[in-house]
Amino acid sequence: MSLPRSCHALAASLPLVALLASPTALATPDPGDWQAVVDEARGQTVYWYAWAGEERTNDYIQWTADRVAERYDIDLVHVKLSDTAEAVSRVLAEKQAGNDERGNVDMIWINGENFATMKANDLLFGPWSEQLPHYPLTDPDNTPAVRYDWTIPVDGLESPWSSSQVVFYYDTALVDSHPRSMPELLDWAHDNPGEFTYARVPNFLGNAFITQALLELADDTEILYEPMQEEDFEGVTAPLWAFLDELHPLLWRSGRAFPSNSSELRRLMGDGEISIGLSFSTTEASGAIANFELPDSVRSYVHDHGMIGNMSFMAIPYNAQHKAGAMVVANFLLSPEAQAHKQDPVVWGSNTVLSLEALEPADRALFDDIDLGVATLAPDELGEVLGQPHPSWVDALAEAWQARYVGR
Amino acid sequence: MLRLAPWLIIALLVGPILAGLAMAALPAFGYLPALGGDAFSLDPWRALLAQPGLARSVAVSFTSGLATTAVSLSVVLLFLAAASGSRLDRWIRRMVSPLLSIPHAAAAFGLAFLIAPSGLLARLASPGLSGWERPPDLLIVNDPWGLSLMAGLVIKEIPFLLLMSLAALHQIDAERRVALARSLGYRPTIAWLKVVMPSLYPLIRLPVFAVIAYASSVVDVAMILGPTLPPTLAVSILTWFNDPDLSRRFMASAGALLQLGVTLAALASWWGLECLVRRLGHGWVAGGQRRRGERRLRVAGKTLILLAAVTALVGIAGLALNSLAGFWRFPDGLPQTFTLQHWQRALPALGGPVAATLMIASTATLLAVGLVLAALENEQRSGRQPAQGQLTSALTLLYLPLIVPQIAFLFGLVVVMEALGTRPTRWLVIFGHLMFVLPYVFLSMSEAYRRFDPRWSRVALTLGSTPNGAFWRVRLPMLLAPLLTAMAVGLAVSIGQYLPTLLLGAGRVSTVTTEAVALAAGGNRRLIGVWALAQASLPLLGFIIAVGLPRLLWSNRRGMRGTP
Repeated sequence: MSLPRSCHALAASLPLVALLASPTALATPDPGDWQAVVDEARGQTVYWYAWAGEERTNDYIQWTADRVAERYDIDLVHVKLSDTAEAVSRVLAEKQAGNDERGNVDMIWINGENFATMKANDLLFGPWSEQLPHYPLTDPDNTPAVRYDWTIPVDGLESPWSSSQVVFYYDTALVDSHPRSMPELLDWAHDNPGEFTYARVPNFLGNAFITQALLELADDTEILYEPMQEEDFEGVTAPLWAFLDELHPLLWRSGRAFPSNSSELRRLMGDGEISIGLSFSTTEASGAIANFELPDSVRSYVHDHGMIGNMSFMAIPYNAQHKAGAMVVANFLLSPEAQAHKQDPVVWGSNTVLSLEALEPADRALFDDIDLGVATLAPDELGEVLGQPHPSWVDALAEAWQARYVGR
Repeated sequence: MLRLAPWLIIALLVGPILAGLAMAALPAFGYLPALGGDAFSLDPWRALLAQPGLARSVAVSFTSGLATTAVSLSVVLLFLAAASGSRLDRWIRRMVSPLLSIPHAAAAFGLAFLIAPSGLLARLASPGLSGWERPPDLLIVNDPWGLSLMAGLVIKEIPFLLLMSLAALHQIDAERRVALARSLGYRPTIAWLKVVMPSLYPLIRLPVFAVIAYASSVVDVAMILGPTLPPTLAVSILTWFNDPDLSRRFMASAGALLQLGVTLAALASWWGLECLVRRLGHGWVAGGQRRRGERRLRVAGKTLILLAAVTALVGIAGLALNSLAGFWRFPDGLPQTFTLQHWQRALPALGGPVAATLMIASTATLLAVGLVLAALENEQRSGRQPAQGQLTSALTLLYLPLIVPQIAFLFGLVVVMEALGTRPTRWLVIFGHLMFVLPYVFLSMSEAYRRFDPRWSRVALTLGSTPNGAFWRVRLPMLLAPLLTAMAVGLAVSIGQYLPTLLLGAGRVSTVTTEAVALAAGGNRRLIGVWALAQASLPLLGFIIAVGLPRLLWSNRRGMRGTP
């Protein structure tokens, strides 16, 4: 299949046009010389592309902007996204058009899936994150989640920001005793049809639910942390499909519609349509109660088997215009001050990535003073954190889910 | 100078759309070097066709394009036929502008909260009337056939078609036609349908086409009210474009072209329906029946529009209630507590976006009005009156942005703009808005301009005025009322733009609408209430000025105040 040559010519000429229009190249900052980075960052405007569906997140980012303006003379602008992939699209469009030096995106709040694709397509700047002055506070040698994002080696291309873990939440006014595993959830759904649902796959919370179910139901979970081989897929995932086939008719709306994301799920809970939900944030229920979105009878719980968790990161695109400023902001976000402020449920309630053992006593006290809220489990109640399987598995699961349940 | 205006308009609108479509077409056939696609292939199409539920997505998009338009148009025509001169008529005419100014997304949220099993209606009826202690497990919102999606679109398209019809009615002298038919014994509603409607329809044909195109490709309303397994085609395309797996871009581009095809197919089917209705209707019009069905048509004409208007208003009232609500457990009819917390938290953040929105909307509207006036004045002076409502004039290319789905060309347009080295700035966003504001301003302005009695200008010329003098001192002041209405429509259109603002502004230009949609992703109904009300109040301001200013300026000249 080939099209007329003129199409080739048009597409080929576009990068050239961009080249002519762009000024001379800018020097890349060297994260090894931190003082030079801070000096270069002074006066820069950093465009931070971050999901903005949560007012508490936005308020926290605004708080950060005020701090870095004061201390580093950086003008931090929150570019509000409804989907992180919009930022990836922008970087891709720039690469497509040959804009390799003056990119609009300086920093992205990113999760494992988007990181995996950006890394695979050479859209990231780095390595830089391991040279950040605050990086050692994460105790990287003893915390694999800092070095491996969804099993993909981070290689210094992104700096950790928040750690999160899936938790279920339920309304104690409606549910006497909550399930403690996927099979128990199924039994509970038989007794209470229409009162549970999860976010539609491929939303990340929906993916997390089916991945969690697979981790609980599969015989061998080791294989899920290696890149997926076609021939393994059917055998490994068979228990998951058997489980979901039985569960779906018992879901909210008999599984004929799903909420599109975690917030819609929370709204269903607030409206009393469901009585068990789930979230990727351990403090979500407490925050939502404070915000009048959930009744104060809601509490969180986890499965005995452990729950999926991961970290989200800051990444800098390869063509970012203000890399120095972005690094300074990322370093500030890793400071005990910023991390403790973020963990406070009144502010946001997003868990720290710092290792408390690695902190000075004064810094550790910042964390000890936080009141986590009524519906939040204490750190020792959260149980084991299960790692995210390799993205190839998650992609394949999401695709198989759609082929199975969409358009029937 | 003036002669260039139409061509400038065409270049401004057609160029970007064709370029954007081209840049969508290349990846659709496998060409996207940034992702390693450097040979043409049909693989993206194969991947697209293998998508689960694709046929259903297409079917829902196609149907909602046709059904939404058919229902909205019928409601508007029946209302015009049945209610003329009544008190309802005056009320609805006064409500047109406020209804038009409610953003689509806000209306959709309002409707969703109204009709959901845990929504306002169910709360009011429970547990007393319905006996529900818990919300019933009924699939109303997000139903697989898109019925609630179509309902949401209908309540927004009715005011638009009504406004366009009211503007067009002036030029066909409806009252005297009805009077004549009545003197021949036709009952009023039948008379209107038989002697006014056939002349009215050709004049509102383009707005009708715009409604079909919009309803078949809408994104935000479909995300809120549309089906989810699978969603409509436009929503699916957006998820593919936003998929973390970048190789899906190829398939998404193919989907964008498919969307263009679906929209064109809906338009073609409508055209076929037009022919059918014309043929069937001819017998009815000429048959001489004077009263059969009068009562039923009259009742339908009055109740349907009332139902639509009240639904939209109650939906907004529900959002307003939510913006003040503390926790609100089902089945309470009212929140247990009220709080100003949501407003207090949002207000500090409102300032910047509101200023940016007003600046962008007013600049785009002023540019659009300038261009439209230049083109219309050129038409008058050169004496070339295009056959009204016909699709043959070159200026009909103006409507291209209304017909080509945004999702089909905007992603491509971003690449083109990047390649030209343009930095995403407010000006780029204004330019993007201009593409959509221009056609609507033209739609609202052109009929008033063309029907303006040329003898006024001739008198001015006879008295020694230059053509420019006649334009500035006679024509423009006398057309102030329709001009302001057109500007208000332009402002409303600009304020409601989401995708162009987001994509051309690289997300850096934040308007009330981008903020509202970003927050809507969070689904917090209380916050959505705050932002939706803020978003709706801006265009309303425009409409209030449009109605109020002529009355103020011409307080001593009744004939100049324009008809409401």
